[in-house]
Amino acid sequence: MSLKLPIYMDNHATTPCDPRVFEAMRPYFTEVFGNAASRNHSFGWEGEEAVENSRKQVADLIGASSKEIVFTSGATESDNLAIKGVADMYYEKGDHIITVVTEHKAVLDTCKKLEKRGFKVTYLSVDKDGLISPDDIRNAITDKTILVSVMMANNEIGVIQPIAEIGKICRERGVLFHTDATQAIGKIPFDVNALNVDLASLSAHKIYGPKGVGGLYVRRRNPRVMLVPMMDGGGHERGMRSGTLNVTGIVGLGKACEIATGEMTEENQRIFSLREKLRTGIMDEVPDVYVNGNLEHRLPGNLNVSFAYVEGESLLMGINDIAVSSGSACTSASLEPSYVLKALGVGEELAHSSIRFGLGRFNTEEEVDYAIGRVNEAVNRLRELSPLWEMVQEGIDLSKVHWAGE
Amino acid sequence: MAYSDKVIDHYNNPRNVGSLDKKDPSVGTGLVGAPECGDVMKLQIKINPETQVIEDAKFKTFGCGSAIASSSLATEWVKGRTLDEALTIKNTEIVKELNLPPVKIHCSVLAEDAIRAAIRDYQTKQGDETASEEATATA
Repeated sequence: MSLKLPIYMDNHATTPCDPRVFEAMRPYFTEVFGNAASRNHSFGWEGEEAVENSRKQVADLIGASSKEIVFTSGATESDNLAIKGVADMYYEKGDHIITVVTEHKAVLDTCKKLEKRGFKVTYLSVDKDGLISPDDIRNAITDKTILVSVMMANNEIGVIQPIAEIGKICRERGVLFHTDATQAIGKIPFDVNALNVDLASLSAHKIYGPKGVGGLYVRRRNPRVMLVPMMDGGGHERGMRSGTLNVTGIVGLGKACEIATGEMTEENQRIFSLREKLRTGIMDEVPDVYVNGNLEHRLPGNLNVSFAYVEGESLLMGINDIAVSSGSACTSASLEPSYVLKALGVGEELAHSSIRFGLGRFNTEEEVDYAIGRVNEAVNRLRELSPLWEMVQEGIDLSKVHWAGE
Repeated sequence: MAYSDKVIDHYNNPRNVGSLDKKDPSVGTGLVGAPECGDVMKLQIKINPETQVIEDAKFKTFGCGSAIASSSLATEWVKGRTLDEALTIKNTEIVKELNLPPVKIHCSVLAEDAIRAAIRDYQTKQGDETASEEATATA
């Protein structure tokens, strides 16, 4: 089989739409176009039927009931709705929220916004593996705590947090528990009851569905979670999210969830073995490569590694026919290296040297073999160009050098 | 981020990669930047003491493609110039030549710093040597 370039290995950023998902969506662009809220003709009924079918497909994937799924524009909106919605609904009960420093910006910036409004937020730190300790959650909960928000799987390092243990603690203490499960749902088993989750954000485009559509799981029983909506209008989605439903997108999300329900177990094993092949193929050949984040509690498709003495963006340039991303500051507008890696205590120089591979459904073994060869070749070439590598070979301890730029 | 053709060319075919003997009195070494900042440049020049002309230049850079290109270009430009002429090279000329976007201007600044640091190192060495010669003479 011939290799098609460039190769896409950035499946944490987004995934291609599965052709089966696209086929399911196709009629809903032109033929079945009714507004799902139109109650008095068949066009509307068809739209509504499609939406309710999707709602069930999403609910089945996460062990929920259909009525607990609210459709949104994506995980960012879901995170905002969950956190702001709880804060606005329960502010009389308490003003304290607990989250984690390695959360996605959709959670962190939402919490910061609430702080400006007078809420108090505890940002828990993680250990060097990127994991939080459930005891830290336990100790941080006060009688003013109304919400704990902890992501299930991290978007940069793929590390999976102990959600079941955290859910148990929150349930015992009577605190609502939200998880941003955008990277996890559809990739690893997720059951809202087994995990004691009260709110969960998900997105279609991370699981081979279309962009611009997502969902929020909102528990209806034990406890019944109430949210103040952010969007006011026609009272769609049981009043929690007004706005005409994106029927086409929702059909895509439903189909993507249905495929994930059926194929996840098998797919996981295949992607995991590709990831391990990639990891060992690089680390057995090239010295001074470090995995960022815990390797065991990790999404099967994630590999985040730092190549010491090589800057990340220059490495991306050297493997420009493979689409990956870097925690290097040079790849971001802020000129700051990844805050997630910094939270793990990864030194800034190694954060600048990090590459995130995200393997997915459509990656092949040939692609992984090709990537191993390209990466190793580029790292070796750039190290020949690196004054740091040269200094280390001469036996100089870089940490003891006084740098002019410091 | 899209790179200019010139940056890509320098990245793929960097000029004057390597090292000169830093103990050689006719060699000046500039090491600028810091690993935590994501850029370290080492630029070395070999000077003809008679003519003050830079006869050879080598570099090694840890940094993004623009940093590599800026230092590669700097070695090209200093070769054949006198020290005084090399000191007139401005980072803005590097920006212009490589079409660097605003977020990459610091790469060109670092390259200019590296040239100056290498020249300063050479001059310090010469000064030291003159000083030690004088010391020998007095003794």
